[in-house]
Amino acid sequence: MALKLADYKTNVHNDWCPGCGDFGIVNALQMALAEMGIQRDKATIFSGIGCSGKTSHFINTYGVHTLHGRVLTFAQGGKIANPEMTVVAVGGDGDGLGIGAGHFVAAGRRNVDMTYIIFDNGVYGLTKGQASPTLKLGEKTKSLPSPNTNYNVNPIGLAVASGFTFVARGYSYDVRHLKDLIIKAVKHKGLSFLDVLQPCPTYNDLNTRDWYAGVDLTKESIERHSRIYKLEDTQYEPVVHYDSEIEVNEKMSQALIKSLEWGNKIPTGIFYQNELVSPYETRITDKVPNYLENPPAKQQISTSEGKPATDVSDILDSLIV
Amino acid sequence: MSPVDFTWLIGGPQGSGVESGANIFSKVCAEIGYQIFGKREFYSNIKGEHSYFAVRVSDENIHSNVNEVTLMASFDAETIFRHYDDVSSNGGIIYDSDLDKTSTEDVHTLDDPFKERLHKELESRNKPFTISGVIEIAREKGVNLYPVSFRGLLADLAEQTENPKLKGLVRMYNVLGVSLSLGLIKMPPDSLLKSIDMIFSKKPQIAEINKQAANYAYNFATAKFSNFSHNLTGTTKQSDTILVQGHYGTSIGKMVSGCRFQSYYPITPASDESVYLESNEILQIQNDRPGSTIVIQTEDEISAMGMMIGAALTGVRSSTSTSGPGFALMTEAIGWAGINEVPVVITLYQRSGPSTGLPTRHGQDDLQFAVNAGHGDFPKIVYASGDIEESFYDTGRCFNYADVYQIPVIHMMDKFLSSSVVTCTKFDPNKISIDRGQLLEKIEGNEYKRFAFTGDGVSPRSRLGMDNGVFWNTGDESDEFGHISEDPQVRIKMMDKRMSRLDLALEKIPDDEQVVSFGVHEHTIISWGSTKGPILDAISMLKKEGIDIGFIQIKLIHPFPTDHVKSLLKDAKTLIDIEANHSAQLSKIFKQNVLRDINYYILKYTGRGMTSTEIYDSLKKIVKNKAVKREVLSHGA
Repeated sequence: MALKLADYKTNVHNDWCPGCGDFGIVNALQMALAEMGIQRDKATIFSGIGCSGKTSHFINTYGVHTLHGRVLTFAQGGKIANPEMTVVAVGGDGDGLGIGAGHFVAAGRRNVDMTYIIFDNGVYGLTKGQASPTLKLGEKTKSLPSPNTNYNVNPIGLAVASGFTFVARGYSYDVRHLKDLIIKAVKHKGLSFLDVLQPCPTYNDLNTRDWYAGVDLTKESIERHSRIYKLEDTQYEPVVHYDSEIEVNEKMSQALIKSLEWGNKIPTGIFYQNELVSPYETRITDKVPNYLENPPAKQQISTSEGKPATDVSDILDSLIV
Repeated sequence: MSPVDFTWLIGGPQGSGVESGANIFSKVCAEIGYQIFGKREFYSNIKGEHSYFAVRVSDENIHSNVNEVTLMASFDAETIFRHYDDVSSNGGIIYDSDLDKTSTEDVHTLDDPFKERLHKELESRNKPFTISGVIEIAREKGVNLYPVSFRGLLADLAEQTENPKLKGLVRMYNVLGVSLSLGLIKMPPDSLLKSIDMIFSKKPQIAEINKQAANYAYNFATAKFSNFSHNLTGTTKQSDTILVQGHYGTSIGKMVSGCRFQSYYPITPASDESVYLESNEILQIQNDRPGSTIVIQTEDEISAMGMMIGAALTGVRSSTSTSGPGFALMTEAIGWAGINEVPVVITLYQRSGPSTGLPTRHGQDDLQFAVNAGHGDFPKIVYASGDIEESFYDTGRCFNYADVYQIPVIHMMDKFLSSSVVTCTKFDPNKISIDRGQLLEKIEGNEYKRFAFTGDGVSPRSRLGMDNGVFWNTGDESDEFGHISEDPQVRIKMMDKRMSRLDLALEKIPDDEQVVSFGVHEHTIISWGSTKGPILDAISMLKKEGIDIGFIQIKLIHPFPTDHVKSLLKDAKTLIDIEANHSAQLSKIFKQNVLRDINYYILKYTGRGMTSTEIYDSLKKIVKNKAVKREVLSHGA
């Protein structure tokens, strides 16, 4: 049965602040699921803690609202145990790049075939606006007692350096573009990362919707000048086409340089994609040839009499004295 | 004929083959019918520090080490300095005669506190601080001495076999030590050669050289030394005996119980289990295609815990294995598994804490921590195994508890168990049943509620990816669907539902799975975990003297089986608590639940396991009314 967009919405009351950028992300995610026609019971949204953590409750698929910083660990475990599932992990930038930064790096090294979306707003919203890892050094949002004393993390650059094989950025107020990026990310074979710029209307009074739209820049020029632009509208070519060190290094360096662009011009779209790196599932299959046909979630472990189906007699016989 | 009870000790620097030497010896003894109890002690170090392996051999069932060593095979000076005093008066020491003049100052790995104690002893006996000094003391005690020049032995062998490479091949000292020992105790040589073949099965050339050396050393010992009064010539072999390493119980137990996902972060002494599971990851399945255990080495224990939970949510029996420091990192997520009713098994191989503590030494320090692990009120089961054989069957139980009550289970193991090598009856997989509780095979309709209120507090369980089984999880309090709820009435019902499964577990788990009684007498021991072995051996030593001591082994620590323990102990007048920790943690849990005092404590926290000799001595003092209330044991280097 073909599913409609409405089928992916739950009737859980959404208590995000009016004007929150998160709405655009949850809409894009629901639209992407509907467009791909993924059955509700064949997808799981894993989420972290914070405002963005509630996302899984608003989407009518399996939803696992995990622990602060740990969403990638739960998601990878679920995906590896049941590789047929579509897995999308979501969380805030504090969740994924502060408390969860170690898991972020380790996940990149694994390259499990799933998607991770960071709701990137520069603040810890649910705890009243403390500085989060992507806020720039020296910036002072309204609820900070003094300017931020930490240098910011570069999510795109960190993802590329950690081994993510699909690295992109979206903007939560460009829902259609974001939806397309999510579909590309989900279809990518390997771990895909989406950094989604998402204004927090309550606590981040610097990176607001108007700021991204370049309203302040109109003083300098008459025409509307959005800070956000799309890489696909430029000559930028993010895909690694062949497996050579020169090609990979070139595409990686290009993505790293591009990831540093900020200020009056902020790129969105795909920064880097490399499907020539084996997904973790393939690496398991190298050791366990029938892993994908018979993954943990499909295995029969007991006989009809409730006795163990596993035959360890070879092991036990080898221990006989 | 009096029963054979023989302890062989081999020692040397870490990395010098002490363990393979001990494995050869254990295998040979087991092969000719003896029961084995071996235990390895080692430093947190890769190469150079002192490690030793004590293998006790008997023709009766044994479950522990004793204090006295019958024969010590040493090939370095440190082993002699550290253990010369352990050798019994009619025992023997094989040692390298080239080391005679080596002084304590020449051995850089001897630490100051030990040297100070040794020097004091040597001074009081008017002996030099050298190997000759300690050897002299052993001689005066009546110990038989077997000086052999290991270098000379290899040189002779090299000449005889025209293989100059053998000369100075220090790596073979361990095999020389074993072979000299076996010659001394007149053990048939063929099983020695067979064992070497098995141990070096992947390196046939090395096996060949070792066999040459073994033969030579064996013949050397039989020709030169004939005065050793202990012989091990074999006994009736019991069928279906296996020789197992410490972690085999839980690792093979996990395969059999259907654990198909294990995530872990490397930590001593737990990682051996995970490495073994990965080495055997493809599984043979009756009448089916091969199965597999997917083993994932994670970036930390938090991730191990998260991945395990994620896998368990897909309906897969999932597990992790860790030790204290790693377990400490897991506690937040244990609470998540608790509130989300996720069946997971955490195998906790305890070592000495706090913090890094004595990282390669034994301890039972984490009982209270396990019981209280995680913030907030949520149900969990803490279950403790007493020996390796038991841990196989207990692994099956732990997975069933997890599935049936839909709660996290912490399976308590420890370093004493993990570094033991023992003979036991072959594990019988058919004695394990697989009970997945209310795990659903099929769901119809659209109204599935993962946390539905049911009569017994257990809700039928869907799995991620199952048709029509969509559910939500959250670490927040939730409604029956799994959506966040802060409603006070929902909170009461959900808390009551979750916690009620502790009572359900106590009611449903058979009494003899909760507590094992080895008899209750006027004096009765309460204990848990790996102290079981030395306690049982100490009790049988006392029984031979006509002294009856009772013992109940508490396996289900949480929820605590209060009524059952109370009724078991009603005729016991004097209660003795035995544990390998400082604060007698079981006794605290016991007192809190049973509201009864403990009369005596026997505790050890040196990081070395208890011996049956130590427990025997302490119990005897108690029976004779000469004991202090809290006896602290300290045997072992």
